[in-house]
Amino acid sequence: MSTTATHAHDDHHDHAPTGISRWLNSTNHKDIGTMYLVFSVVAALAGGGLSFLIRLELGEPGIQVFDVVGEMMGSEAKQFYNVTVTAHALLMVFFVVMPALIGGFGNWFVPMMIGAPDMAFPRMNNISFWLMPPALVLLILSAFMGQGAGTGWTLYPPLSGLAGQPDMSVDFAILSLHLAGASSILGATNFITTILNMRAPGMTMHKAPLFVWATLITAVLLLLAMPVLAGALTMLLTDRNFGTAFFDPRGGGDPLLWQHLFWFFGHPEVYIMILPAFGIVSHIVSTFSRKPVFGYLGMAYAMASIGVVGFIVWAHHMYTVGMGVNYRAYFVAVTMAIAVPTGIKIFSWIATMWGGSISFKTPMMWAIGFIFLFTVGGVTGVVLANAGMDIAMHDTYYVVAHFHYVLSLGAIFAIFAGFYYWFDKMTGKVYPEWAGQIHFWTTFVGVNVLFFPQHFLGLAGMPRRYIDYPDIFAEWNLVSTWGAYVTMVSTVFFLVVTLYVMIAGRKSVANPWGDGATTLEWTVASPAPFHTFEDTPDFTSSNPAAHPAE
Amino acid sequence: MTRISAFFTGWVLTLVSTSSAWAQDLPTPSFPVPWQLNLQTPASPVAEQLVEFHNFLLVICTVISLFVLGLLIWCAIRYNAKANPVPSKNAHNTLLEIVWTAIPVIILVVIAVPSYRLLYYMDRVEDPGLTIKVVGNQWYWTYEFPDYDIEFDSLPLPDDEIDIAAGQHRLLEVDTPLILPTDTDIRILFTATDVLHAWTIPAFGVKLDNVPGRTNETWTRITIPGKYYGQCSELCGIDHSYMPIVVHAVSPEEFEAWRAEQVAANDNTPDDANRLAALIQE
Repeated sequence: MSTTATHAHDDHHDHAPTGISRWLNSTNHKDIGTMYLVFSVVAALAGGGLSFLIRLELGEPGIQVFDVVGEMMGSEAKQFYNVTVTAHALLMVFFVVMPALIGGFGNWFVPMMIGAPDMAFPRMNNISFWLMPPALVLLILSAFMGQGAGTGWTLYPPLSGLAGQPDMSVDFAILSLHLAGASSILGATNFITTILNMRAPGMTMHKAPLFVWATLITAVLLLLAMPVLAGALTMLLTDRNFGTAFFDPRGGGDPLLWQHLFWFFGHPEVYIMILPAFGIVSHIVSTFSRKPVFGYLGMAYAMASIGVVGFIVWAHHMYTVGMGVNYRAYFVAVTMAIAVPTGIKIFSWIATMWGGSISFKTPMMWAIGFIFLFTVGGVTGVVLANAGMDIAMHDTYYVVAHFHYVLSLGAIFAIFAGFYYWFDKMTGKVYPEWAGQIHFWTTFVGVNVLFFPQHFLGLAGMPRRYIDYPDIFAEWNLVSTWGAYVTMVSTVFFLVVTLYVMIAGRKSVANPWGDGATTLEWTVASPAPFHTFEDTPDFTSSNPAAHPAE
Repeated sequence: MTRISAFFTGWVLTLVSTSSAWAQDLPTPSFPVPWQLNLQTPASPVAEQLVEFHNFLLVICTVISLFVLGLLIWCAIRYNAKANPVPSKNAHNTLLEIVWTAIPVIILVVIAVPSYRLLYYMDRVEDPGLTIKVVGNQWYWTYEFPDYDIEFDSLPLPDDEIDIAAGQHRLLEVDTPLILPTDTDIRILFTATDVLHAWTIPAFGVKLDNVPGRTNETWTRITIPGKYYGQCSELCGIDHSYMPIVVHAVSPEEFEAWRAEQVAANDNTPDDANRLAALIQE
């Protein structure tokens, strides 16, 4: 390991910028990664706060929270509820999960894991990030323009058209997503170029760590899916402002065209949110089992096949729109097929643990929590894949429960897992183990109490996106809201401890996790130095010591 | 038990009451119970198959989840750092990888067979005995019986007009329910005038989007007389939560009496020729 930079840096050739220009003009992948993570936390406070409002409202039948909130916001309660639901989803998808997993962890660790000095296009990396704050501002403005965008994150016309939302709110939301999409496309190009061209000598793709694989596949999905969203958004914008009728039947258009375009983007989008999580979980399970990842190639190609199949299953979100039965039959088949590579991943993680010497540190707890809860979300996904069965579930709380199990309890669990795993590396501080364990267990209990009863509500027939519901659904809704209280307390605890540790935490070491942590980021100091490597890591056959993937 | 007895009481009442079809004293055989865990009581052949298929899927889901949980717990007990201080370096087992690819494929095929049978069964009906059209509007439903020239709006009842003591439910009652016959193949057509809506009665296993500019189609056959509820299931704006669906399912004879009454009432209203004349005069 003497080839890598574990020794101290010499100041005279390490011109690290300081002050505001360090952040505003940053071309350093670690600083940009940090900014993405901070941005994601800020958006998560907003998005999580909104979801807490929703659960408070639904704690009992009637309207008792949004009449007050709506009045404060100068908006009608029922409309502001729809605005809240919409903003919660858009924030979580575009401004929390994606910036954290791809912009945050991707920027921080992809270059380090492949032994590259930085991203391929550092200035483009800067603009990728700095497009996000204006996008967030536009989204927040959309909630306060006119009556606010209460269309759901799917923005289905005609409700999102002029007839449904005559004021400017939806236009603001469209422009917000345009900026976020442009940011994603630039970021994706950067990751693809970096991963394909800047791996250390000797590191073939089949030796690249799984998080690198996951980010590469995610970036390809982004590059192919985001332009479709951009096209659809532009069509909606011209429908609203320039008299076109792409989605208006009165002008020869069709509302279903939007749904096909949206979900052609939207389904790959859910894999964009979960594939990096797969990568993170693979590293953590391997590190804390002190074993190489089981079936490395199978894992990599399972992710690749999930990415490919993810593009041909979009209309399983549209089983009730009136598609021909043979189309639905096709989408049932391909959707169920995705369960196979996903199953390979679940079993490979368990096989990685099998025979290992497992220490149940905080990151490992989150990773195991992810594996189990993602399985639960996965099996309800198989239920929903059946077009016939979906008639009973579509647009009920069963679907809400399903996608929160795979995203909230899947992607967010993986974000926490990655956060605890790499906390030392990013901050140079030690996160107290007891605090991490308390955070994990309280969140685990909280989110399960929150989301599991929603399966029952959905089966009993409670529709989603409802501000008020028949009294018969009161009991499980109350339980669900208790879960939200627990989760909220747990999150506040996490934020307080994290702030404290970042200010006053003990100093950490280069590799706090022992011999299970084999990837390159553990060979450099914590926090990682401004310029990661003094010498390029060598993976050629003359240096067999380094095999990050194995 | 109470639900069954309530059902029979309501049924008897239905027989004695003359204006039974739009009375509020029908039984509600599929209404959810507090702490309900599963689908509503089915009241059509499609819904019966949905319940059966869901129970089958539920077993598979539970077994898979518990299997994964069991493996994780076993790893935690057997392979924790104390119990197994030296990790194995085994990272490949081709046979195992083939097995855990093949077995899920087999499970999916086992699911697919009943799934496809159900999908094609619930799609359309040949030779329906009755055709109705459901039109979604912001925020109420319009029902049409195209063959009999019957058309009426079904508006939600506000909270202060709900009589909970009489068995009415907040957010679920309408001024004019849809009357449908039992034991009849009913073709349902769906469309909308403004934005997307979705008309559903969970107990019938029917849910389809009302899309402006399109007409969608499915079918049902109600097996149990009674009063059935549904709620709009596609976000349609500010009052999305406030456009309930109520169906009164009555015997074919009662339905016939109601239909005749409606058609007779229709004859008193200006017919198309009169309307046209009125328009020309304007």
